[in-house]
Amino acid sequence: MTAPAATVTQPRSLPRIFALEAKYEFLKLLRMPAYAIPTVTFPLLFYVFFGLAFGSGRMAGLVSMPTYLLGTYGAFGVIGASLFGFGVGVAIERGQGWMLLKRATPMPPLAYFTAKIFMALTFSLIVVLGLFTLGALFGGVVMPTLTWISLAAVLVAGALPFCAFGLALGYLCGPNSAPAIVNLLYLPMAFLSGLWIPIQVLPRILQKLAPMLPPYHFSQLALAQVGAASGPAAWVSILYLVVFTAASLGLAYIAFRRDEGKTYG
Amino acid sequence: MAETATVSNSEPAEATPRGQAAEAPGRVIAELQDVWKSYGEIVALYGLDLQIHAGEVLGLLGPNGAGKTTTVNLLLGLARPLQGTVQVFGRKPNEPQSRMHVGAMLQISAVPQTLRIVELIELFSSYYPDPLPIEETVRIAGLEGLEKRPFGELSGGQRQRVLFALSICGDPELLYLDEPTTGLDVEARRGLWAQIRKFVDRGRSVVLTTHYLEEADALADRIVLLNEGRSIAEGTPAEIKARVQGRRIRCRTRLHSYEIEGIPGITQVQEIDGVTEILTPRAEPIVRELLMRDADLSDLEVLGAALDDAFLALTNPDKEAA
Repeated sequence: MTAPAATVTQPRSLPRIFALEAKYEFLKLLRMPAYAIPTVTFPLLFYVFFGLAFGSGRMAGLVSMPTYLLGTYGAFGVIGASLFGFGVGVAIERGQGWMLLKRATPMPPLAYFTAKIFMALTFSLIVVLGLFTLGALFGGVVMPTLTWISLAAVLVAGALPFCAFGLALGYLCGPNSAPAIVNLLYLPMAFLSGLWIPIQVLPRILQKLAPMLPPYHFSQLALAQVGAASGPAAWVSILYLVVFTAASLGLAYIAFRRDEGKTYG
Repeated sequence: MAETATVSNSEPAEATPRGQAAEAPGRVIAELQDVWKSYGEIVALYGLDLQIHAGEVLGLLGPNGAGKTTTVNLLLGLARPLQGTVQVFGRKPNEPQSRMHVGAMLQISAVPQTLRIVELIELFSSYYPDPLPIEETVRIAGLEGLEKRPFGELSGGQRQRVLFALSICGDPELLYLDEPTTGLDVEARRGLWAQIRKFVDRGRSVVLTTHYLEEADALADRIVLLNEGRSIAEGTPAEIKARVQGRRIRCRTRLHSYEIEGIPGITQVQEIDGVTEILTPRAEPIVRELLMRDADLSDLEVLGAALDDAFLALTNPDKEAA
């Protein structure tokens, strides 16, 4: 066979690699009903049940229940998109050998992780916009435009610490156990942090424990945007999440090295 | 064990392909030097030396656990040696600069199920400086008409062809195929051999691991036999087949090697410590001829194949497939 000198091929370019990784990560997840449907619909469904059906109750004095729960179910949805997209995704792709195959190519490893972060942010934004639509149309949520924007920004940015945590879980868990482990951490943590029903409604002992949990701090930062925070000062929550992110990345690195030593299958 | 030791201590006859388009061995493009590797308590490689030459198809043949996959992972920079050096194109194997020129088909179970064949190839092609056009990759891998199919809907044979496509899409100078046909039926296996030959015809180098002698014979120019982390024999497929399937005659004789080589039906002759060892598919006519030429011949022994039975059982694929 002759060399295909006459045929046009796309030469290697880093922006193109990053763009294609992100594009196919998105298409991969979008076509995967087991990811896309629960990730997007569960937070919306819960918001309809708890936020809209409960109707007109008021939280923290001034804020309506649908407004309050926009913050907490937004956090719930963002954490889910991050933990499942990143944690379960990495565990499965590690188990399949897809990750090993990619590591054998000259793909910049950063492209793989950037694509996954980008996707977690994209699905987070989809969930947040869905919640906002429900809240505005059916929950009677009225806020200044800037508040809508700052709430969305805080919620989407909150994906990052949980991407890091998901990465650690992805390297620590086996491909078969990952979905179960992620659910076992995600659902109780969400409940105990006051993401399903407001923290003030939880028993006192749980209210005391909640500040130990990362989702609590995330949701308090979101609630602060609508003037409904009940927790510590914002900088405490931010510091907590920064430390949580760093610890998760450290754990992910240790687990990655351990995993690298084992790959011989 | 004594038998394998004999083979490994012998100087293998220079591995020039016979009866085929014999080319001088090309320059060394990748090599392992005295490489040791262990996983916890399990030693996978015991000081392995291996050279890969430009333009050759090297078959690494051995049973499961012989160290074949470990060797490939070391050459790909996916694992680090405990001791010894690994070089690919004069660089460390994990440098992107060396990975730009290699491709790998690994033993992996799946790729993302929801991506289509053409999408997977487009993604992998983007990693390489000078990839094949996508249609060319599709053609070589025999995937025409399946381009739009998601990976999850493919048969086992088609999946292996996709993994093969991903390994060649960067038009690598050196291609690793780690047990490419394991788990395939005879028909799918022969189909993939045809695809592999289409790529080999481009004149690139290939390292093929397999536990099927038939596969190494069908594709390789040179075979290195691995067992328990050591190289136990090396040669052309014809030489290896003679070792695996033929007979060994050992004796003390005053006949010189070059005299014995003239007897028809002899694969290889070598002399070690005064003992002449002859490889042949059939021993009887050779023994008759030897006794005619040297009546004083002594210590005559006729042995079976040089490799142990457990190994042989693994190198016959059609028994397994039937």
